Amino acid sequence: MSDTVLSRLIAELAGGRIRVVDLTQTLSPDFPQIVLPPEMGQAWPFRIEEASRYDARGPGWYWNNFSCSEHTGTHFDAPIHWISGRHLPDNATDTIAADKFVAPACVLDCSRQAAADADFLLTVDFLRQWERRHGRIAPGSWVLMRTDWSKRTDPVAYQNIDETGQHTPGPNTDAVRFLVEERGVLGFGSEAIGTDAGQAFHLKPPYPCHYYMHGSGRFGLQCLTNLDLLPPVGAVLIAAPLKIKEGSGSPLRVLALVPQTAPASAAPRAARKAIKRSSVRKRRK
Amino acid sequence: MTRARAAYDDVVVAAPVTVPYVRYSIRGAHWFLAAALADLFKRAGLAKDKLDGLCVSSFTLAPDSAVGLTQHLGLTLRWLDHIPMGGACGVVALRRAARAVQSGDADIVACIAGDTNHTHSFRLNLATFSQFARDAVYPYGSGGANASFAFLTAYYMRTYGATPEDFGKICVAQRANALQFPHALMKKPLTLDDYLNARLIADPLRLYDCVMPCAGAEAFLVLRRAAAEKLGLPYARILGTIERHNAFPDDPVQYRGGWALDRDELYAQAQIEPKDIDVLAAYDDYPVITLMQIEDLGFCNKGEGPDFVRRESFTAEGSFPLNTSGGQLSVGQAGAAGGFLGLVEIIRQITGKPLGAAVDDARLGLASGFGMINYDRGLCSGAAILAGQHT
Amino acid sequence: MTRPLLRSPRKNPILRTRLPTLPPSARSRVALGLTAAAARGRFELQVCRDCGTVQYPPREACRACLSARLDWRAQDGTGELVSETTLRHSHELFFRERMPWRLGLVKLDSGPLIVAHLHGDCAAPPSRVRVRAHLDRAGQAALVALPDKDTPHMADDRELRELTCDPKFRKVLVTDAKTPLGRVLVEALVAAGADLVWAGEAEPWKRPPGYERIKALPQVAIVPLDVTNSRAVKELAGEIGGRIDILINTADHHRNFGIAARDGVETARAEMDVNYFGLLRLAQEFAPALRARGADGQSSAVAWVNVLSVFALSNFPPHGTYSASQAAALSLSQCLRAELAPAGVRVVNVFPGPIDDEWSQTLPPPKIAPVRLAADIVAALRGGAEDVYPGDVAEDWLNRWRDNPKALERELAAMPQP
Repeated sequence: MSDTVLSRLIAELAGGRIRVVDLTQTLSPDFPQIVLPPEMGQAWPFRIEEASRYDARGPGWYWNNFSCSEHTGTHFDAPIHWISGRHLPDNATDTIAADKFVAPACVLDCSRQAAADADFLLTVDFLRQWERRHGRIAPGSWVLMRTDWSKRTDPVAYQNIDETGQHTPGPNTDAVRFLVEERGVLGFGSEAIGTDAGQAFHLKPPYPCHYYMHGSGRFGLQCLTNLDLLPPVGAVLIAAPLKIKEGSGSPLRVLALVPQTAPASAAPRAARKAIKRSSVRKRRK
Repeated sequence: MTRARAAYDDVVVAAPVTVPYVRYSIRGAHWFLAAALADLFKRAGLAKDKLDGLCVSSFTLAPDSAVGLTQHLGLTLRWLDHIPMGGACGVVALRRAARAVQSGDADIVACIAGDTNHTHSFRLNLATFSQFARDAVYPYGSGGANASFAFLTAYYMRTYGATPEDFGKICVAQRANALQFPHALMKKPLTLDDYLNARLIADPLRLYDCVMPCAGAEAFLVLRRAAAEKLGLPYARILGTIERHNAFPDDPVQYRGGWALDRDELYAQAQIEPKDIDVLAAYDDYPVITLMQIEDLGFCNKGEGPDFVRRESFTAEGSFPLNTSGGQLSVGQAGAAGGFLGLVEIIRQITGKPLGAAVDDARLGLASGFGMINYDRGLCSGAAILAGQHT
Repeated sequence: MTRPLLRSPRKNPILRTRLPTLPPSARSRVALGLTAAAARGRFELQVCRDCGTVQYPPREACRACLSARLDWRAQDGTGELVSETTLRHSHELFFRERMPWRLGLVKLDSGPLIVAHLHGDCAAPPSRVRVRAHLDRAGQAALVALPDKDTPHMADDRELRELTCDPKFRKVLVTDAKTPLGRVLVEALVAAGADLVWAGEAEPWKRPPGYERIKALPQVAIVPLDVTNSRAVKELAGEIGGRIDILINTADHHRNFGIAARDGVETARAEMDVNYFGLLRLAQEFAPALRARGADGQSSAVAWVNVLSVFALSNFPPHGTYSASQAAALSLSQCLRAELAPAGVRVVNVFPGPIDDEWSQTLPPPKIAPVRLAADIVAALRGGAEDVYPGDVAEDWLNRWRDNPKALERELAAMPQP
């Protein structure tokens, strides 16, 4: 292979100087699914039915059929998913230009704030403070809100629902408009079950992240994990949804290419474990 | 109202035959019935093609009935009957055959009854016994007639004061009779203590109240006196017979049978009285039924059975010879042959050819039949009075 | 005097489990009329329309006047015990394994003479008794004579307990303990003497009112169970399936749409996935262990209860897709009944009319309160019935359906849209 950027990429990968970090939760029936009011159409949780397992149904092979929503597990939201994006061109999973699926990522560490307050809202102030330390958010970047929410392996804690609804962190309206109008980002990613905060119904407009991101032809990523293994800048995300005709989104594998020379926010020990770490949700006994 | 019944003129019974009983057999019922027929022909010196009538009783002949036997055994007949009446089939077969011979519809009729017994026969027979039993008795666990007769026995004991000792006396006497009978399957003596201490089957019935199912066959010929004499066969005359089905349907528990309705006509037809009977064969599937027959056939009044038992003695040498070959309780119940066993023994006693214990100077004998516990009571009853040829 | 039932000692795990045997199950078709009534917890006999004679055993024509116009009518069962016996020996395996066994001969006041199982507290004949019809372990009607008046611990009689699915000292799984019915049913089972109630929950983050109360009961163990998740059902069955004596499927997905009122099949599929496929998953995973334990001692596996809906009988168009899912579940439950029959495990179907819960909110009363429905389910387990129509609406719709199903179809279509 001739000496190109790509051949150097392969060499760096082989040599361990670029790591592939998996930001994806395992698709299993136990992973929590977003819950809507019962009168609404629901998003299916992941379900899997065995077709055969080296048995009478198929002696030499094992395979399954599965079902889920486009918005199950670690998944991608396309602009057509929201009413504000319904008329935009190239707004579905099969029409979004493929070059949008490889992009740099900025990782905002809100883990301390989210631990103290499940309803933490990301503000413009927080963004400006982050930029003072790590530099201006580049256009066409993913902005990923690290909250360590994916470490809540108990589904009840992950959903965090009480009589007043769901309580998970997310961005406020001004922060979203800033990212869209002042920074031209590619999309917003979250570790929680939605890009918007659990109580975002009460913001103006309701669900501002979905409203403004998709309304401007941008994307969302949800149920991410391992964001604590990414540097604040420098990682490159590969996030390509399934090419579903007129799809509003899909579960997908989100991978981050992380250069090992870049400053890491996590300790090296954790970085070594990252590649083998499984994020299978444990059931409550 | 006592009606006059037509006499039997010169119709007689002869050639009593027993195919030895065995507890279990791998043969089918056809084998035992064929053996009975073969023995009939041999004893009577009768050519097979001289037989023109056949009456068959069997629980294990299925899927054949009497018709199948004609081809199976190479018989060409002008009269054929099948009597599915259990313990009454002997008396009823006799009645059918006698009128056929009397009217000239047949000349020589063989009445045969026999069954095989496999280890699963009992359960198989139950399954096809009766709709009412299947729907309303077996689901309660008895798996046979024991519960029904336990009900009957308990009721009789409570109502008339019969004791276990009363029933035991009958069983002990019949065992004594059986010890002399070559075909009896029970060969050990039975004491009253043995009877009273035996294990309970269905309270108040104990082990020796119940018959033992087995395989075997019984048979006799019905023919005109002239034919019997030509063959040189000892014979018995038929003085009278009765038959009744589903008598007293409104009795809450069966404590009397159809004989109570018909006995006056029986004795009128025979022109004798109960006290004239020298030997009685009562159908003995359970001792309480023997007592019922003794009462209903006029040997004592209803309810006086216990007193009668305490007074009389029932061996062949006793004051009231009863079931002198041992009855089913000591010989065994070879299915439908149990309905013939008593009648065949009476024929032997009054023709002077007993195989075992002999009743002195037996001239008049009465064979009683009872059977078909369709649901909660025996539906069939019958009786025949026979007289020795020199009486 | 019936000795009160005592909790049996822990089963020795290395001993072989006795396999189920059944009492004789063959019946003529006409005798199945008794079974049909006993399935609904009633004692009925044929009564001649022309001369009024009551018939038993069941038959094709009146024993008094030969009329074929025989109608099944409810009986009060009062009568006199005229004779009794105690079986010490039987050719039937089922009874052989349960000797001694008391039987009675009863003359009913209405006329017929019947053979019946005899409760231990019935006095020696002659004595007054009450006769009831229960389904026996073979699923066929069996008559039992009870003492004239209730006696203490009457339900603990050994013979009567063989005819019922009493939850006392048994372990029960309630598949969805978070529905309004599920919550009160768990409490009712504990009150009825169940040793252990596994309370299934599908969405652990939901906290309906009253749920904390049942979680606190010492007899209750919360277990994760989502009947739409095949793997979860299989895993739970692997964990606890071998200990369950009674399984009560309360999982229910109920929405209020016919065909035109809702676009797409998503809602109807969810109803089918819970109400029909949920039952199928549960049956595939839990039935085998129940089958094996049909004769496992005093606390044997005895019943599988499906809480269906009277809408299963005839479609209620405003809840049309829900009705269809219940009809599917009803049909499947009949398959399950046939498959569990050889083990003597009864499948009990409960057909309430509208339950007084949120999904029947706009339906007019009468509606059945969950507490009442729970009590009816416990009563059905104790009474040995298998087709239960609790509440006034259910009873009414059943009568209309039996009388003329086409007329009911028209009546339901004409009901005003709620």
